[in-house]
Amino acid sequence: MIYAGILAGGKGTRMGNVPMPKQFLLLNDKPIIVHTIEKFILNDRFEKIIIATPKEWINHTLDILKKYKIDLPNVEVIVGGSDRNGTIMKIVDFIESNNESNTNDVLVTHDAVRPFLTHRIIQQNIDEAIEYGSVDTVIEAIDTIVESEDNEFISSIPRRDHMYQGQTPQSFNINKLKQLYGELTDHEKTILTDACKIFSIKGEKVKLVQGEIFNIKITTPYDLNVANAIIKGSLDK
Amino acid sequence: MINQVYRLVSPRQFEITYKDKSIISNKVVIRPTNLSICAADQRYYTGTRGKEAMKKKLPMALIHEGVGEVVFDPTGKVKIGTKVVMVPNTPSETNPYIAENYLRTSKFRSSGYDGFMQDYVFLDHDRIVELPDGIDMNVAAFTELVTIAVHAISRFEKKAHPQRETFGVWGDGNLGFITCLLLKKLYPNSKVIIFGKTDYKLNHFSFVDEALKIDEIPEQLTVDHAVECAGGKGSQYAIEQIIDHINPEGIICLLGVSEYPVEVNTRMVLEKGLTLLGSSRSGATDFQRTINIYKEHPEIVEYLGTLIGHVFDVTKINDATTAFESDLSDSWGKTVMRWMI
Repeated sequence: MIYAGILAGGKGTRMGNVPMPKQFLLLNDKPIIVHTIEKFILNDRFEKIIIATPKEWINHTLDILKKYKIDLPNVEVIVGGSDRNGTIMKIVDFIESNNESNTNDVLVTHDAVRPFLTHRIIQQNIDEAIEYGSVDTVIEAIDTIVESEDNEFISSIPRRDHMYQGQTPQSFNINKLKQLYGELTDHEKTILTDACKIFSIKGEKVKLVQGEIFNIKITTPYDLNVANAIIKGSLDK
Repeated sequence: MINQVYRLVSPRQFEITYKDKSIISNKVVIRPTNLSICAADQRYYTGTRGKEAMKKKLPMALIHEGVGEVVFDPTGKVKIGTKVVMVPNTPSETNPYIAENYLRTSKFRSSGYDGFMQDYVFLDHDRIVELPDGIDMNVAAFTELVTIAVHAISRFEKKAHPQRETFGVWGDGNLGFITCLLLKKLYPNSKVIIFGKTDYKLNHFSFVDEALKIDEIPEQLTVDHAVECAGGKGSQYAIEQIIDHINPEGIICLLGVSEYPVEVNTRMVLEKGLTLLGSSRSGATDFQRTINIYKEHPEIVEYLGTLIGHVFDVTKINDATTAFESDLSDSWGKTVMRWMI
């Protein structure tokens, strides 16, 4: 079975003074998360689409699903965890307690605030996760990446052609993810904020899927302006 | 949902635009899977449509020949996963006498209105026709081209006298091939003659009764009815020959598009009492009849398979450009894009 996990755990702290978590802000008059979920609904390979959101926003999430009539039987809303991986593991727990599990089950996790993803990105995530067990969606680094360990001076400048920028979806074989996460110490859990990093650090191969430059993450008011401009600029016809 | 629409913005240049669409509406959502390139798309792609038309119609998503899978139907009428052919003509009114593809208010995809090069296509229920099980989707991709011939034949059937011993088809391109094939299957007792210019193309017409080169037509040869599939400058010469060789009261179906005015020997049209029957594009009923023909004569689909020239996997815009460029250098056959973008 293939599952989608929509990570809507953000509380919008980076959005400054906005009153709501960023995934609920409006993009062309519709909450960002609705745009994202709709794209997943259109892929019939998903058994379930599980949205993980902070506890206090569960009702709000259910309300907007209803308002936009996408409160479909295969769409579930659950309480997320305290961090990104914690949220992913809550989704895994939910899947296991409600469905018969199989060693080939795959979870495609995606940021609720990346509504511009395409059919191809989802398809390739599913296909490569089935084949390789873990997938990260990336684009080639545009700017030169500069590393500074003391935040004051350059410690190294890695070769740009070896650098990529991580996007989502990130997709995993559920069994493998659970196993690797279970092996982490509490300390490791606090540093390993990225699920692909868990695979990579444990010596597992993580397959790259080509993202898109427009698959942006809407995390600042600037991003929201850009996202609205992208859509409005396309409304000529 | 934000739908990516891959539009031609100027000759040879595609760009992505993003359109906000709600999946909850009265429309079926289709994921295009196999798209086929038509000569009309190429006229936009290369910019040969002329400055005025380009300025008026671009930016626009190309492609009006395509099939896909139903991924969502808010009304629940169509099963998810159903393979369908998409009808590019989009009427906004009905008329008891005038077919939907001739109504001036109808919109046609890839002609001033976005074609099928999109992440998802949203269509009314009457704009999709279910494909037969197990059909080769690369062949099904250019069903729209087959409907053009089916539409012309349906019009012919309504207007022609019943003497149909010999059909002549002028033009040895894709449309000529399809027309001959359909005539031979629908009228097995009639003689179908293809008139063409190029030996290697005529060699493909294995099912016709006779293949003749246009400069070697016996003077005495006559046909009851004729179909012109030449197009361009060739239309004029084809019509001239048809008028010479057609029997009185025959019908000449005109299918070839020409950018330039064509001279017609009206004296002989009058003398022979001929009917020139123009047709263009097709409508949903023609798609349904075409699919019925596929079901009744599955060998037609196999013959159509011989038209497939190149198949390209398209996962990014540059792959589409490669497919269009390759298609330009193909003098025969259809180019199909497996739409994986």
